[in-house]
Amino acid sequence: MIAFLIRRVAGILLTLVVIAAITFAVFYLLPSDPAAQFCGKDCSADRILLVRQQMGLDDPVTVQFGRYLVGIFAGQTLGSGSYAVHCGFPCFGYSYQSAQPVWDLMMDRLPASASLAVGAAFLWLVMGLAAGVVSALRRGTWLDRTLMVGTIGIAAMPVYFTAMVLLYFVVGQLNLIPYPRYIAFGEHPFQWIQNLILPWITLALMSAAMYARMTRNSVIETMAEPFVRTARAKGLRERRVVAKHGLRPALTPVATMLGMDLGGLLAGALITESLFGLPGVGKLFADSLNKADQPVIMGVTLLASFFIVTSNLIVDVVYAWIDPRARLS
Amino acid sequence: MTLLEVKDLAVEFTTAEGVVRAVRGVDFTVEAGRTLGIVGESGSGKSVTSLAVMGLHRGAAVTGSVRFQGTELIGAPEETVRQLRGRRMAMVFQDALTSLHPYFTIGDQIAEAHRAHFGTGRRAALARAVEVLGDVGIPEPARRAGEYPHQFSGGMRQRAMIALALSCEPDLIIADEPTTALDVTVQAQVLELLMKIQQDRGLGIIMITHDLGVIARVADEVLVMYGGAAAEQAPAETLFSTPRHPYTQGLLDSLPRLDAADGDPLHAIPGSPPSLLSPPAGCAFHPRCARYAAAPEEVRAVCTDGRPPLRLVAEQHRSACLLDPPSAGRTTHQEVTA
Amino acid sequence: MTAPLPEAAAQGAGAVVSAADPAPAPAAPPAPDPTGPAAGPADAAAGPAGPPASPWRLAWHRLRRQRPAMAGLGIIAFFVLGSLLAPVLTAISGYGPADTDKKALDLYLGGLPKGALGGAGTRHWLGVEPGLGHDVFARLLYGGQISLLVAFSAALVTTVIGVLLGITAGYFGGRTDTVISRFMDIMMSFPSLIFMIALLSVARNANRILLLILVMSVFGWPYIARLIRGQTLSLKHREYVEAARACGTSSARILFTEILPNLTGTIIVYVTLAIPGLIGAEAALTYLGVGVRPPTPSWGQMISDAVPYYKVDPMFFLLPSLCLFLVVLAFTLLGDALRDALDPKGSRA
Repeated sequence: MIAFLIRRVAGILLTLVVIAAITFAVFYLLPSDPAAQFCGKDCSADRILLVRQQMGLDDPVTVQFGRYLVGIFAGQTLGSGSYAVHCGFPCFGYSYQSAQPVWDLMMDRLPASASLAVGAAFLWLVMGLAAGVVSALRRGTWLDRTLMVGTIGIAAMPVYFTAMVLLYFVVGQLNLIPYPRYIAFGEHPFQWIQNLILPWITLALMSAAMYARMTRNSVIETMAEPFVRTARAKGLRERRVVAKHGLRPALTPVATMLGMDLGGLLAGALITESLFGLPGVGKLFADSLNKADQPVIMGVTLLASFFIVTSNLIVDVVYAWIDPRARLS
Repeated sequence: MTLLEVKDLAVEFTTAEGVVRAVRGVDFTVEAGRTLGIVGESGSGKSVTSLAVMGLHRGAAVTGSVRFQGTELIGAPEETVRQLRGRRMAMVFQDALTSLHPYFTIGDQIAEAHRAHFGTGRRAALARAVEVLGDVGIPEPARRAGEYPHQFSGGMRQRAMIALALSCEPDLIIADEPTTALDVTVQAQVLELLMKIQQDRGLGIIMITHDLGVIARVADEVLVMYGGAAAEQAPAETLFSTPRHPYTQGLLDSLPRLDAADGDPLHAIPGSPPSLLSPPAGCAFHPRCARYAAAPEEVRAVCTDGRPPLRLVAEQHRSACLLDPPSAGRTTHQEVTA
Repeated sequence: MTAPLPEAAAQGAGAVVSAADPAPAPAAPPAPDPTGPAAGPADAAAGPAGPPASPWRLAWHRLRRQRPAMAGLGIIAFFVLGSLLAPVLTAISGYGPADTDKKALDLYLGGLPKGALGGAGTRHWLGVEPGLGHDVFARLLYGGQISLLVAFSAALVTTVIGVLLGITAGYFGGRTDTVISRFMDIMMSFPSLIFMIALLSVARNANRILLLILVMSVFGWPYIARLIRGQTLSLKHREYVEAARACGTSSARILFTEILPNLTGTIIVYVTLAIPGLIGAEAALTYLGVGVRPPTPSWGQMISDAVPYYKVDPMFFLLPSLCLFLVVLAFTLLGDALRDALDPKGSRA
């Protein structure tokens, strides 16, 4: 197990470097004038020149990349003299439009995004797995059929549609809760829940539908495997056969899916945050798109990549822990 | 002592395309200390029969009578059958790699059966597992018990499956093609192991296979199945020396012979196995049967008129061919030769 | 969208290649499988005396019986026809996608359509858009063109790249495989939507449609490549491949005549299940402002425009959403049924 871990971590580091390189290439090398893009829409020619200097865009590419990479860990000082800005560890860039290091901007928004993500993930796992398992075990009954039809329908609904429908009915017509705005958990736990419940449902619904179907397929497939038949042939009680011999292998694909999905989670969070006006990293990203604040876009991209790579690692480790055969690879 | 008495067992599956009659009325008995070999090609219904005996079919209609040590299993409450499964009658499956759970150690899987039936504690159950692994000839059983199925070689895995079957000291073992997935030398070892176990413990064994070589080696009694029904039943020696059913004859004829002349063609049975969705009328074998083809119209009408039952044609020898003269003591007539 | 649909599509399509196994029907089934021993596809449908039908005809036969799939197919046909006939239909309805009709708007209400249901009536069959007064019907049709065009093209490019690389990695193994697989792993570690956005935001002046297709393909191919690689790995050990090799057939020929045909089922299912994700992705990207730009109509753009008006003109929001929903639903239903139809062990209800 340890050897496996070490191998994986080494691979991850390599991947992270590659990702950093590609991000660098996309933002520094691809555009015709990175400085202009970084500076923003309404920058004067002088200011752009200044930015150019500060970013050191006249230096050779390798130096730039080296500085960029090192800067992530050691911090960077952009430019020199009285216009120098210091970007501490970790330096994910400096937003000229907001006059702040990108990292600070992102960390500021992290709690909201985390709240959204965690709550939604919990909801969709519970709903999806429960629906999937029940459907699989009661295969062919009306319950199974209804659930499956329902999940196809729900999975097809675009996120904004769900959000709007929920807002329209729950807030607009039925007035069950006020229009959501973000309240930190520390401030007021109950209101934290109350305000996040609609975003959670919005983000969770589509994933829950997909997970339900996947779980159902997985459970059905696993229950048809020979080793389940052996368990029955041993004379074990059906409940034990299902729970111990059936569900564990059936749920491993779900674990993998969850890992991959954390990446998609960011994407969905993006839209959900914009729709509900939650001050999260996603909304930061969406706003930066509108304002064309390139450093922030780059910073969030990098953060998201690191996040995904790490979560993939975690998934691999969990998978290897569950399935002994995976430890060989 | 009769361990198992099966009468008129029939198994039907309802599928999207219609009703598949996988087993259409089979009788046999198994005695303690004796091995019944059930032989047939793919689709003959032999595995389905064994699963029906163990009550492992879900969603299939199983009719007939299966009496295990006096207890009727068909129609019995699930709990009754469950308690017998693994404890008094155990099954050894064909492919040990897929039949053993990949996530649990061998020791755990064997111990689990023991704990389920006897309620033993973890330590004691594991000790039992190690013991039975040793019984089947696995070296270093204590270490092996902590390993996973994928870490075993094919032959050892099969032995582990046998150990699993033995763990609760059953009276009957049903082995469904236990050697098909193995190399020939390993096959021999596994079969020897089974025979030794039978001798030591007086178990009854049902050996299901398509391989006549295996039958010749281990079976005392043989039941030949075709198209979901019994074709012939006889003691092994008798079957091999004087097969009466055209199908059995065809099977034996198709075995390549060392003493055949150079250039002698191999004899295959023409045609292919019947569809169990819509089996042929009457005897399932008649479309491929040379005896049927050669018989005159009026005589062979019986072959398409309902499924022919097993009839006594010689001492302890039954055949389901109606074109075969019955045993001595009944009216004899010209034997119809193929 | 959050939908990691390439992954889900890969999962869904993965079961199909067992159809490729030409081995005879196996010995008795494990207990839960109700299809019975001799019920291989040829036997079951054709009966003992009939000639064995080709797997394709059998699959089609099975597919036809699934009503949801047929409904899905119908919906897809409806939308595809609509897009193709857009010029004709808009000529009939009288308004093109770029035509503005300020007279249909009530300027005192801030540019909202006059009349209920977003101004639907005999002149504008599905109403007008607030603000500029574009005809909703026309924009839906032309927007559909764009959405379907982008999704189909991206699916095509993704599949071509993915299949080529997947087959190569799977068949040749060794170094080639390691390099390609490593490449796939890295690509899959990228948060695709975010990178797509990043790329699209950086390249400001390129042709948006081409760029969209390119970007979606770049991030989509690893999923199908990995799937195809896995299938190829198991197929290359089949006896007929070994036989072909023994005859001295060149690798390229083997790939195209022995292996690729057996992958078609998987590929078809994958593409069908991936299209909803691509449509959704395009809509999401446009919604966020990095996809196609006005004046090109697009469902995502319409939804984006409609959000501020959702309370007062819900029709404007509902119609493109409904179109999106229906198309995604249709492809999902069809893809699911296709997978069941092509998988011979299809006891997957």
